[in-house]
Amino acid sequence: MGSGAMADAYDLIVVGGGPGGYVAAIRASQLGMKVALVEREHLGGICLNWGCIPTKALLRASEINHLLHTLDAYGFAADNPRFDFQKVIKRSRQVAGQLSGGVKHLLKKNKVTVVDGHGALAGPKTVRVTKDGKDAATLTSPHIILATGARARVLPGIEPDGRTIWTYREAMVPPAMPKSLLVIGSGAIGIEFASFYANMGAKVTVVEVMDRVLPAEDAEISAFAHKAFVKQGMTVLTGATVKKVAKTGAGATVTVEEKAGSEKGGKVSEIAVEVVISAVGIVGNVENLGLEGTKVTVERSHVVTDGLGRTGEPGVYAIGDLTGPPWLAHKASHEGVLCVEAIAGKNHVHPLDVTTIPGCTYCRPQVASVGLTEAAAKAKGHEVRVGRFPFIGNGKAIAMGEAEGLIKTVFDAKTGELLGAHMVGPEVTEMIQGYAIARSAELTEAELMHTVFPHPTISEAMHESVLDAYGRVIHI
Amino acid sequence: MTNILMPALSPTMTEGKLAKWLKREGERIKAGDVIAEIETDKATMEVEAVDEGVLAKIMVPEGTEGVAVNSVIAVLDGGDAAPAPKPAAAAAPAAAVANPGPTKGFDPQPDPPKTNGHAAGRVFASPLARRMAAQAGIDLSTLKGSGPGGRIVKADIDAALAGAAKTAPKTVPAAAPAPAPAAAPAPKAVPAPPAPPIAAPHRLVPHSTMRKVIARRLGESKATIPHFYATRDVELDSLLKLRAELNAKSPKEGPGAFKLSVNDLVIKAAALALRRLPAVNASWTDEGMVLYDDVDISVAVSIPDGLITPIIRGADRKGLAAISNEMKDLAARAKAGKLKPEEFQGGSFSISNMGMMGVKDFAAIINPPQAAILAVSAGEQRPVVKDGALAIATVMTVTISVDHRVIDGALAAEWLGVFKGIVEDPLQMML
Repeated sequence: MGSGAMADAYDLIVVGGGPGGYVAAIRASQLGMKVALVEREHLGGICLNWGCIPTKALLRASEINHLLHTLDAYGFAADNPRFDFQKVIKRSRQVAGQLSGGVKHLLKKNKVTVVDGHGALAGPKTVRVTKDGKDAATLTSPHIILATGARARVLPGIEPDGRTIWTYREAMVPPAMPKSLLVIGSGAIGIEFASFYANMGAKVTVVEVMDRVLPAEDAEISAFAHKAFVKQGMTVLTGATVKKVAKTGAGATVTVEEKAGSEKGGKVSEIAVEVVISAVGIVGNVENLGLEGTKVTVERSHVVTDGLGRTGEPGVYAIGDLTGPPWLAHKASHEGVLCVEAIAGKNHVHPLDVTTIPGCTYCRPQVASVGLTEAAAKAKGHEVRVGRFPFIGNGKAIAMGEAEGLIKTVFDAKTGELLGAHMVGPEVTEMIQGYAIARSAELTEAELMHTVFPHPTISEAMHESVLDAYGRVIHI
Repeated sequence: MTNILMPALSPTMTEGKLAKWLKREGERIKAGDVIAEIETDKATMEVEAVDEGVLAKIMVPEGTEGVAVNSVIAVLDGGDAAPAPKPAAAAAPAAAVANPGPTKGFDPQPDPPKTNGHAAGRVFASPLARRMAAQAGIDLSTLKGSGPGGRIVKADIDAALAGAAKTAPKTVPAAAPAPAPAAAPAPKAVPAPPAPPIAAPHRLVPHSTMRKVIARRLGESKATIPHFYATRDVELDSLLKLRAELNAKSPKEGPGAFKLSVNDLVIKAAALALRRLPAVNASWTDEGMVLYDDVDISVAVSIPDGLITPIIRGADRKGLAAISNEMKDLAARAKAGKLKPEEFQGGSFSISNMGMMGVKDFAAIINPPQAAILAVSAGEQRPVVKDGALAIATVMTVTISVDHRVIDGALAAEWLGVFKGIVEDPLQMML
């Protein structure tokens, strides 16, 4: 785009080039629309540049480090296994860079016009793009999708300073490997960093305000993961709040209160660490979007939409993290596609059912789930049948030396609907899609039992868990 | 022993009220005897015996509402003099709904439900939808799928069940050997969000089946169809003159006698206008626009406790005398509750006429899935301007309510113009 203000007309403008925005733009282009995508920083968004992808590169490294320290179990020996921390970080950045370039290529291939700068609504059907505080372009379209994502929530008194107090962003490009750190929040982001640093050799403490880690997961999975983390050497404090973070020369002293009612009952302790990572949720990027004076409703930092991305303002849509939980890249992408298809008037476009969206956490052991937890299913009035299968009963898992884990399935007792599936253990993030397909296709336990799972694979544990729900399990 | 099942009186019927038993237990029945009366949403129908025998046991007492189609309503003893049937057998279809299924333990799992007996083409449905339908006794071939490629999914079954639950008690207390009348009305599903209680002194009149159907269908119509309205005044003098001349030609008595009403002529005029502008003779569906081959006019008839819309089929091709006599017959049987389902189900366009009640102007609610309804008001003498001078003409106001998804403003206006042209030059109706 040129530097002067010029009005270009499009069929669709997408503001934000993350996994919601760029996928929406490509789908719109496939449907024959003329599309502009406005991105202020990196194509691929947080996911690709500062989230999902680079953390997976880091976690892969920590997994290798873990294996290097368990070589003996497999009959190997290596003297003094070590790593170059900066190389580990550099590889993660290279992975992100490679994929960001890939998105740029995909957009070009699909003839999406990429506009560099900050996009904001500027009157009806108009987006003004500014770059370095100066007007860069004015775009018009009857349809504008906002996909500006979200950022880390900041707690007062625990503002990130880039040195001692980090968010996910600093935690991904640390200047040096910290010897000790404390993670506030045990959701997916907090637990992944805790797992990475713990497996790289740091002494890690996790503080969670809820009564269990990974509080969105099924309670049994949380309990299983908690035990596994403690066994690996992590300190996990649940039902606990951070009262104060006092910075010191060597890092920080964190005052943690474990609530009355938890096992230790109202105990206050001080924990000295080099680094504190704050992972206490995220807030939507709703500022400076020109929403003032429109009928777009913002509630608790997220844009309110109907199931197909429509806001209160005709012609303005919102998708992905900007619209609230679950804050997942694949949710954003899928919403982008649905939103565009609804704009294009496609048939059979249905709002996304969140209970069909799988969620994955890439800690060690991995955690993955789809649908309702047992407690949520009961709360919704379902009479349930629950199946469980531990990986210790699975041949491939034992052969791999990764027999720690559990698969839990929750069925509606009357209809046989797979209400939810909850997994902790090796490669479960790769396997959860099997249950996700079962939910989307509305399979019952009968089809799952009739499906032949190949032997020997860890996926056999998925089959066995279903069998267990109906009293037919073979291998336990 | 033969089970007598609750019949389906129309393809969409899922339940009905067992209004009256015309035979008693122990009475001998011949094939063709009328044994009971069933009240559906719109009509009362007679149930005829198919087999011969003795009415051994009445399983559903009269007055029971919400009897599911295909549930056992009585047992016929074909003459083998067996004892009364086991209540358990009769209760089976209902029990399948009531019983939440297997309890804990290692009980064997029933096979997934097979596709139902409907051999007419494959029904695409998810396994979960199939099982839920089988459990609820819903015939999948009666449902429209909302899933990929029109596949029937759980949401479609939920919607069908929600529709049924508004009126349906789930089971019939068939297991009781001789149910006391008080036990007969099974518990009703309570509407989910209770409305704030009405404090003012009042009495509560239970809804009739018809009242529920009117509430549901017209509520859905207003909530889902984007209505708009167009109104014109139509001069009636020529039409009234033609009507008088034609009526004068009727034989005094006998099968050829007729007495045309203004409404009969309005039906014919509307039918001709629809034939000339077939885009109005249409229905919206997500898949595409349904353009009907025939012009079938539904005519709203007021009956005790509601209204019903019997249909003059192929009205554009029928003569005025035929329309008039058919309308009289339909209206009389509508008021008696004796219309057959096919006489009021369907139709491509509706007319509602309140002219005989002196109404000056009104707008009607579209009768789904149709796309338009014509509201006809009273003809009255009004001052009109003709050739720059004041004159008196008999004028009636008509308002067409249309589904904007099907019919845009210009087309609605054009249709009114064609209709007005025919009414004001009524000899066209004789062509």
